[in-house]
Amino acid sequence: MDKVLEVENLSKVYGPGCPSCFELTGPEYNTNICPHCGSVVAAHNVSFDLYKGEILGIMGESGSGKSTAVKCLYFDQEPSTGSAIFFDKGRQHDLFNMNAAQQRHLANHRFGMVYQNPHLGLNFDISAGGNIAERLLMSDIDNYAAIRTRATGLLSRTEVLPERMDELPKNFSGGMQQRVQIAKALAINPPLLFLDEVTTGLDLSVQAAILDLIMEIQQEQQTAMVVVTHDLGVIRLLAGRTLVMKYGRVIETGLTDQILEDPQHAYTQRLVASAL
Amino acid sequence: MSAAYPFGFLDEYAKKEVRRTALKAVAIPGYQVPYSSREMPMGRGFGTGGLQLTLALLGKGETLKVIDQGSDDSVNAVNLRSFIEMTCDDINTTTSTEEADVIQSRHRIPEKALREDQLIVLQVPYPDPLVVVEASEDKRKMLHGEADYSRLLVKLYEDIVKFDEITISHRYPTRINDHYVIDPSPIPRWDVPKLHQSKALILLGAGREKKIYAVPPYTKAEPLAFEDVPFRVEDFTDEHGVRRACQRCGCTSSFLDEFVDSKTGNKIYQCSDTDWCDEQGSSNVAGGRTPGAMDEQGGSNVAGGTTPGMEEVEQRREQLPRTPGEMNEQTVLSVGINKVEVVNGQGA
Repeated sequence: MDKVLEVENLSKVYGPGCPSCFELTGPEYNTNICPHCGSVVAAHNVSFDLYKGEILGIMGESGSGKSTAVKCLYFDQEPSTGSAIFFDKGRQHDLFNMNAAQQRHLANHRFGMVYQNPHLGLNFDISAGGNIAERLLMSDIDNYAAIRTRATGLLSRTEVLPERMDELPKNFSGGMQQRVQIAKALAINPPLLFLDEVTTGLDLSVQAAILDLIMEIQQEQQTAMVVVTHDLGVIRLLAGRTLVMKYGRVIETGLTDQILEDPQHAYTQRLVASAL
Repeated sequence: MSAAYPFGFLDEYAKKEVRRTALKAVAIPGYQVPYSSREMPMGRGFGTGGLQLTLALLGKGETLKVIDQGSDDSVNAVNLRSFIEMTCDDINTTTSTEEADVIQSRHRIPEKALREDQLIVLQVPYPDPLVVVEASEDKRKMLHGEADYSRLLVKLYEDIVKFDEITISHRYPTRINDHYVIDPSPIPRWDVPKLHQSKALILLGAGREKKIYAVPPYTKAEPLAFEDVPFRVEDFTDEHGVRRACQRCGCTSSFLDEFVDSKTGNKIYQCSDTDWCDEQGSSNVAGGRTPGAMDEQGGSNVAGGTTPGMEEVEQRREQLPRTPGEMNEQTVLSVGINKVEVVNGQGA
């Protein structure tokens, strides 16, 4: 199996930080706020490996640090400590030791990100096709006809009517906006895709369509994905392996089936039991 | 009058700073170098950026030409020229492109090809082409640094989607030396190819925005475009497919301004570059501007120098009756592709 991503001891602290930050926070203290300095430990010692074609789920309640971990990996935020290595075409990229320009280049050319809120991932002032074009233009495709063809293909792939590609995303329904966002993220065939609560807030039939789409993409292109969600259904459907996070710590990790059928940690047990 | 000011109005330190900035701009083609744009005795936005460059670079015995929209006798050119004459002893002014050492211009690059020993200074209102797609200057600097102009290209893409072609008529974003994209000042598309491998040094000064940048001689300048939708300049062919000619000189190879004759209601086309027009020989046309009618003493009698025909011309869109004096403001209808637009009096 080809490893795509190797994350080790990723930590993110908001605030000044002190030596006791990590000692006095976490699930056993039921807080992620350091009592000494008031810093928020959003994530601590998050480690995982991700392989080609694999979907890794990160599950947890809001504020557990799951989005923070993904945002650090997509360079939206800077981690406090930790390392992450991205394996690509026989090369290794040490994500947190690159300069900002290299990071942006890598994010533009090799990563895809789909946010919960389409406003974060799409530019609402330009057409749906323009949004996809932007992504293609970033990776140095400068043939208009080629861009049109590719954008049309992507939009039909994500079941947005190609006739509507020249409309502004604000005219679209939430589900359609999300599909345009996925099309944009897929534009450059990224080997690594981050999905941050992509189905949250959508109605059930639309959720199902988007989850189907994600699975098909994984099958077709062997894209490695990190899926962040608090929805056990999404985890069950998509993820092969899962991390469970609470107060910034990974409290349980393993095969999704195993975690859902036989949860070991008390929190996970409660989480699974409470699912309808 | 001139004794009250140092040569070139600015003090030596100020001129030195401008020269150093210009040197840096030449060293990094297309990069916008910040400088401490001085207060000038005229409002920012009236060409103070270009003026400071001209004042810092002009030397005794040199010859200056000032252009506004291709014309030497429109108000911005006249005022800047008389100011420079007032503050720089022993310089000569001319309306001839051929004779000029330094040319300060607004909205046009002369039709006549410039030489290696000439220098053109362009007045710039908005130096950063990215300002339309990114509001934060911090982020714009990053985008420039990484030569990431994808968002500008998206604008071109959207233009083609909506109008089947790129509709930027002036200030066409142009990539210099394979890296920085510049706003080449509000020159029409027609003039953009003149930046490419230009023999003369092209300096651009933005007074209000406090930036100087340059297209050094023999430097690559490529307007942004798609591989399969290439850049093209204004098309002056009429409905019969014939290239329109200047009604004064008959030239069929220059950038034309469009006027409407208020008596006949007909459209009139005339060279935008007056020096070029004069040189082509205005004898072709009756009632044309006589060569040399321009008042070279600073334009105190400018109205008398303009074409008699122009006084009859009316602004097509605004339909304002104009007095001869107002004509100096040179509000001109420039004809772009698919886009006729009014370029207004005061610019950079």
